[in-house]
Amino acid sequence: MATGFVSSPHSARINRVDWVMLQVCLALVPGTAALVGFFGWGVVINMALATVFAVTAEALVLLLRGRPVLPAIRDYSAVVTALLFALTVPPTLPWWLTLLGILFAIVIVKQLYGGIGYNPFNPAMAGYVFLLISYPVALTSWLPPHVPELLQAQDLATLSFMDSARLIFTGSLPPGLTWDAVTAATPLDQMRTLLDQGMTIPEIRQSPLWGSFGGRGWEWVGNWFLIGGLFLIWRRVITWHIPASFFAGLLAMAAAFWLLDPQTHPFPGFHLFSGGAILGAFFIATDPVTACTTRRGQLIYGAAIGALVFIIRTWGGYPDAVAFSVLLLNIAAPTIDRYTQPRVFGQRRRA
Amino acid sequence: MFTVPIKSLLSGNGTGTQTTAGGARLWRFHGGVHLPDEKALSNGEPAVDAPLPRQVMIPLQQHIGAPAQARVAVGDRVLKGQLIGEAQGYISAPVHASTSGVVSAIEPRPVPHPSGLRAPCVVIDTDGQDQWAELPAPITDFTAADAQTLRARVRASGIVGMGGASFPSNVKLNPGADQPIDTLVINGAECEPYITCDDLLMREHAADIVDGIRIMLHVLGAKRCLVGIEDNKPEAILAMRQAVAVAADRGDPGAALIRVVRIPTLYPSGGEKQLIKILTGKEVPSHGIPAQIGVVCQNVGTANAVADAVLRGRPLIERYVTVTGRAVAHPRNYRVPIGTPVADLIQASGGLQGQLEKLVIGGPMMGFRIDTEQLPLTKAANCILALTPGESPDPGDPLACIRCGRCAEVCPASLLPQQMYWHARAKDLDKVQDYNLFDCIECGCCAHVCPSHIPLVQYYRFAKTEVWAREREKRASEHARERHEAREARLERLERERKAKLRKKKEAIAPKAGAKPAGAKAGDGDAKKAAIEAARKRAAAKKAITSGAAGSAGADAAGADAAGGQG
Repeated sequence: MATGFVSSPHSARINRVDWVMLQVCLALVPGTAALVGFFGWGVVINMALATVFAVTAEALVLLLRGRPVLPAIRDYSAVVTALLFALTVPPTLPWWLTLLGILFAIVIVKQLYGGIGYNPFNPAMAGYVFLLISYPVALTSWLPPHVPELLQAQDLATLSFMDSARLIFTGSLPPGLTWDAVTAATPLDQMRTLLDQGMTIPEIRQSPLWGSFGGRGWEWVGNWFLIGGLFLIWRRVITWHIPASFFAGLLAMAAAFWLLDPQTHPFPGFHLFSGGAILGAFFIATDPVTACTTRRGQLIYGAAIGALVFIIRTWGGYPDAVAFSVLLLNIAAPTIDRYTQPRVFGQRRRA
Repeated sequence: MFTVPIKSLLSGNGTGTQTTAGGARLWRFHGGVHLPDEKALSNGEPAVDAPLPRQVMIPLQQHIGAPAQARVAVGDRVLKGQLIGEAQGYISAPVHASTSGVVSAIEPRPVPHPSGLRAPCVVIDTDGQDQWAELPAPITDFTAADAQTLRARVRASGIVGMGGASFPSNVKLNPGADQPIDTLVINGAECEPYITCDDLLMREHAADIVDGIRIMLHVLGAKRCLVGIEDNKPEAILAMRQAVAVAADRGDPGAALIRVVRIPTLYPSGGEKQLIKILTGKEVPSHGIPAQIGVVCQNVGTANAVADAVLRGRPLIERYVTVTGRAVAHPRNYRVPIGTPVADLIQASGGLQGQLEKLVIGGPMMGFRIDTEQLPLTKAANCILALTPGESPDPGDPLACIRCGRCAEVCPASLLPQQMYWHARAKDLDKVQDYNLFDCIECGCCAHVCPSHIPLVQYYRFAKTEVWAREREKRASEHARERHEAREARLERLERERKAKLRKKKEAIAPKAGAKPAGAKAGDGDAKKAAIEAARKRAAAKKAITSGAAGSAGADAAGADAAGGQG
C-alpha cells in the first residue's frame, strides 16, 4: 500500500502539468510551420537555441536554489517559455541575444520569484521586452515574408538554412548581401511609418505589401496560430474567455476608430491579423500563472489587453504592443481577481 | 397490481438534461465532474445477507452529536434489536444490538473514522441464533399518530442520516414551527462512483422507501416530495416509479405527492445542497440548513429505516453495504448487521485479490482510507472499496500550483479552490475563511482535476481543523476572561458589602457604648457582643454571606488555574 497520501479523493488524476505544457507545444506546430514557410529556418534555429538555453538555465538555478531539478525540468514549462520567446523574436536574432533574453526570462522573471506558479510576469514576454528595450534594432529587424512577387517588387533576398545559421551564430550575412537586402519592415511598422508621413489608408494599401487584412504572408501566420489556439480550447487547456475578450477588446477599439476615421485608421481586421495578436491571445495572454483566474476577471483581463494593444499600436512608441499589454495586465491580475470573485453557492452577493 | 405500464414509466421522462424530466424542471449547479461510474462492478446481482460474524463491534457514537451511553454490562446477554446505548442529549442517537449474543467487552476499539482513533464500542460475541428482542409495537396507521410520536419512534430507533453525514434524523424531521417545510427531497442520486448500495436498496425495497417517504411527509407536513435519482440507475428509477404508482393507485395517503425525478449523472449531484438546487432551483444559504428554504433532505436508506422503525418497530441495526473495487474477488452488495467487521465482509466477497493499493470506506471521491480490516461497519458506512494501483494510482509528489483554474471550473460551491489553497498553505486562517472555506463540501472535484496533483481537500480539511481549534481556544480564553471579570466584580461587591455592614454596625454600636472605640477591633467578637435584638438578623445574614464568599473564592482559584492552563 502507498503511504503518505491519505486524503480523498482516491481517484486517478485526470490532468498533468507536463501534458498541459506538451499540448501547448503541439498547438504551436501549425503556426510555427507557417512562420518557417514565410520566414525561413531562422525560426527553428532560434527555437532550438532558446529551448537549450532555457532548460539549462532552469536546471542551474534550481541547483543553486537547492531544489529538485528533474521534476521542474520535466514539467516542460521552460520549453514553452523558450518556444514562445523564439516565436516572437526576429529569425535573425544573434544567438547571444537569445541567450540574454532567455536568461532574463528564466533566471530573473521566473526563478527569482520562486519558479513556476510564482512569477507575476509572463517570462517569455518579459524576456522579449527586455531585449526590445535594450536592443531595439536587432529586435525589429524582421525578414520579408517569402512571397515571390513581394520579394521581386522590393528586390529582396531570402536566406537558406545555412545562411540563417551563419547569421545567428556569427552575425555575418551571405556574401554580396547587405542588411537592407534581407530585412524589411513589418506591416505594423510600415503602416505606422506611412501614417506618420501623412499618407491615408487607401494610399498606403496601394503597396504590394498588403494582403486582404494585414501584410501579405504575415496574415497567414495568424490563421495557423488560430488553429493551434482552437486546439487548445478543444483540449480544454485554455478556455475561450481570454482569447475572445482579447479579440473583442482589440476589435471594438479598432472598429470604433476606423468608423470615426477610415482614412487614418486601418480596417479592424488589420489589427487582428498583424503582429502578435493571435499568438498573444491564445498562447501568451492565457498563461495560467500570470493571468486572471476568475471567469469575470479573465474577461476583463483579455479585453483590457486587447484595448491596450490597439492604444499602444496607434499612439505608443512601439509598433507592436502585445508584450507590453500582457505585462501591464499581469501586474493588474491579482487586483482584478480580488474584485471579480464568483458568487459562492448559497450566498446572495459577494463583495 | 401493476396498473401503470412499465414502458410509460420509463418514457415519461425526457432524456433532455436540464429542461424537463417527467414534467419537472431541473436546475444546474456550477461545476461538477463526469467520472467513470464503475457501478456495473457491483450492481449485477441482488443483495444478500452478510454471513453472521462471530463478533460484532458496535461503536457508541455512529452519529453527529453526543455519544450514546452504554446501557449493558460485560457478560450481559443481549438480543437482536435491544437497546445497548442510550442517546445523550437532543443531538444524539441510541444504538442497538444488531444480533443476539453476549457482551464480551465495552472498550475503545478502532472505528472507521478519518482520524484512525479508537472510540468506545460494545463488543458482542454472537450466538448465531439471531434472536429478536421484544420490539415496540408497530404504528401501522401512522396518519393517526401525531408528529411527536413518530419522531420519538424515529429517535428511539437510532435512525441517523444514512447518506454519510449520519445526523440524527428525528432532529432533521423537527425543523420547528418557524420553518414550514414545503418540499421533502429524497436523495437517491448516489453520485459517487463504485457505490451501488442505494441503487440496490431502491430496486429491492422501493415500496418500503415509499412508505418511509409518506411517513416523513406526514411528520413534516410537506406539500411534495421529489426523489432525485441519477440517470445511470434506470432499474432503480423504474422500481421507485412503480412503487409510487402502486401506492398512489391504492390511495395511500401522501403517495400522490411523491415524484421520482431522473437527474443527469454528474458528480456531486448527490451532495445535499447540490441535489436541492437541481430539483428545486433553490440554494441553501451559505452556513445555513435546507429547512431555512423550506426543504428537508433525506437519503433513501433513511426513508427505508424510518418505514422499518414505524411500521415494524425495528431499530436501525442493518444496512446495505457495497463491497467493490477490482482488488476484491467478488464485488457485490450485502445486508449487513451494524458492527460487522470489514474483514468479515471482504471474506464473504471471496477475499482480496491481486495488488491492493488502498482500502477505503465510502467512495473514491470522499471516502477515507483505512489501514486495518478490523473495523466495524457503522450506520453511515455505505461501501468498502478495495482499489488496485490501476484504479487509484499514486498521484506522486505534488508540483507547484500553476493557477490554471481548473479547480474553480469544477467547484460545485463556486469557490476559488486555488486561492483557498494558497492561504491554507500559508496558514492564513482569516484569508482562507474570507474565501468561504466553510462552504467547501470536500467533494474532491478540485483535487481530481488538478494538473499539479495537489491534495487540495487535505489542505481545506487542515484549515478547517485549525480554524475550529482556534475558535475553541478563543472561546476558552473568553470564558476564562469572563469568569475572571465576574470574580473580580464579586470580590469587589463583597468587599463593599462588608464595609457597608461594618459601617452600619459601627453606627449601631456607637450610640450604645459611646466611649468604646469602634475601629480596629470590629470583627466577629464585636458582632457577638452586639447581639441585641435589632442586630440579630443582620448577624445571621452576614454569616451566610461570608461562608458563601469563602466557598466561591475557592472555586475562583480553581477557575483561575484552569484559565491559566488554557492561556
